[in-house]
Amino acid sequence: MSAPNQASPASSSLSTSSSPQEAVIVVKNLTTAFGTHVVHDQLNMVVKRGEILAVVGGSGSGKTTLLQHILGLRVATHGTIDVFGEPIQSYQGKRRIALTRRWGMLFQSGALFSALPVYDNVALPLREVRTLPESLIREVVMMRLAWVGLTPKDAALMPSDLSGGMIKRVALARALSLDPELLFLDEPTAGLDPQRSDEFVALIKALHDQLGFTVVMVTHDLDTIRDLATRVAVLADKKVLAEGTIEEVMTVTHPFIESFFHGQRGARALARADSHSTGIEPTPKAK
Amino acid sequence: MVSVNQSQTNAPLSEQSGVWHIAGDWNVQTLARPGEVARRQRQLQAAPDGAKWVLDPETHLDSIGAQLLWKRWKRQLPEGLDLTASQVKLFDLLATASAEPSSTATSDSLGWLRRLGEGLWLGMQHGRELLILLGNLLLDFFRFLAQPLRGPWKEISAQVFRAGAQALGITALVGFLIGVVISYLSAQQLALFGAGQFIVKLLGVSIVRELGPILAAILVAGRSGSAITAQIGVMRVTQELDAMDVMGISRGQRLILPRVIALAIVMPLLVLWTDAMALVGGMVAAHYELGLEFMWFLQELPRAVGLTNYWIGLIKGFTFGVWIALVACHFGLRIEPNTESLGRGTTTSVVTAITGVILIDAIYAVIFSQMDI
Repeated sequence: MSAPNQASPASSSLSTSSSPQEAVIVVKNLTTAFGTHVVHDQLNMVVKRGEILAVVGGSGSGKTTLLQHILGLRVATHGTIDVFGEPIQSYQGKRRIALTRRWGMLFQSGALFSALPVYDNVALPLREVRTLPESLIREVVMMRLAWVGLTPKDAALMPSDLSGGMIKRVALARALSLDPELLFLDEPTAGLDPQRSDEFVALIKALHDQLGFTVVMVTHDLDTIRDLATRVAVLADKKVLAEGTIEEVMTVTHPFIESFFHGQRGARALARADSHSTGIEPTPKAK
Repeated sequence: MVSVNQSQTNAPLSEQSGVWHIAGDWNVQTLARPGEVARRQRQLQAAPDGAKWVLDPETHLDSIGAQLLWKRWKRQLPEGLDLTASQVKLFDLLATASAEPSSTATSDSLGWLRRLGEGLWLGMQHGRELLILLGNLLLDFFRFLAQPLRGPWKEISAQVFRAGAQALGITALVGFLIGVVISYLSAQQLALFGAGQFIVKLLGVSIVRELGPILAAILVAGRSGSAITAQIGVMRVTQELDAMDVMGISRGQRLILPRVIALAIVMPLLVLWTDAMALVGGMVAAHYELGLEFMWFLQELPRAVGLTNYWIGLIKGFTFGVWIALVACHFGLRIEPNTESLGRGTTTSVVTAITGVILIDAIYAVIFSQMDI
């Protein structure tokens, strides 16, 4: 039953996608320091295919730095980071381009290109491939916009005309435009009102369910973690303090976990989770 | 049925006794190969409508590949197609999201007329807004005169430093070089007639009356005009202008007035400085080309130029300064919160300022010739 695969090297690891436990990202003994200030000390973390991993931590705990390391925007002082089974530094030139087509990133403030209308923003990654015909791009862009709940009329708007929620939606559509296997979300619900935030979480959840991509998200919002994450990695004391489901993580005794999950805000969010648990299961993981 | 196909899963599309098998890679990485999409579309079109299709469960299908199939199948799944759970989800997603793309491109046969009208309208709008800006500026200026102690002194002095003191180097260099060039060229011609002494009159009048103010204005428009436009434009992008409005801080008082006053003070001074440097350049070139003594040149200069020309140069400098600052502020305030508008606004500001400077210069030339000075 082994499917022969003569595709480009970039897609070679796709053939093993049937194994749910395969690690997409492996961070090993990562050490980062800004001058004498150590951010990460021997940090280890694994992201498995198909899961939604939430990286949580206090301000200044190095969540964003970790994300920059994984994206290859910052080079590690010590330690290795493997993405799709190979060290991130080994992706250079054409291989790096092939890699960037396999992941998408949702930036905190959207990072939409302000000079381009919504349509061109979503079409840009597709056009950068340079070989896709415009007719196909058009269909794919319209499909992406429909996925995130935007109408064809919205396609002509400029980013400056969009509300915060719509910016996030367009940014998500752009991140998804090349059908990534790996999606990074930086504070996906920051700046949205609770209702928009819930809608956005439901949207990501539904798309994740249907497309089966892997998600790494950095967030502060307990509601988002509770509704979306299949696993949580807690960053504190310069390393990953605890990794596991939200229930497992909560059993760890540490001042940060105590205050984050058991503080008043945490208790409230988790109580809400119990009250309407019919709607939001802690993700049964249909594989 | 599926097990039969295993031997030939390499081919993305193959036909076997009227059944079309889809297998292999149908993802964006594969489709990105040059010409791949067109090739597959041709192959898909080769299958007759109502053909029987089989989709291999091992196919690497993503939504872009699925879109190709979905389009061929006229947006509905063919009958008798077996799909895996994840494939069902994928096509469900396509089915719910297949909005017919609306065509936006409409031809416009009278486009040129519309563009002409829009251009005229835009020009009138700019003129009107500039007039309003000037009116507000005058009101702000009277308010400033009424309560000079509460005026934006810090802002004014900062702008004087930025637009004036920091521009001394570049204006000196350009002025000196232009002086050398003009002196050198005219010296050659004047020497032919043995009229070398007239170079003082020629250089003095042309530089003090025309070239000095124009040179200084062009440099200041490029340096400070663009900076003012970009600065105010970025303030719009980062909502600082809105924040000022909310706090009740007047834009006119804090942003426009200090810049206009600063340039109005600085420009005549820069004109003087540029004049001086250009004359020094001309004097040096004349010394080497015609053998004129420095002392004689300097003694001759006041008689040749005259006080009128000196004042005309200063008045021009003042007018140019106010114009450049006004235009820069006007275009800065019109910038929309996106990067492209910022770039375009800055360019338009500099181009308009320089064009306007030359236009104003021409108007002055007509006025002064009517007045016989």
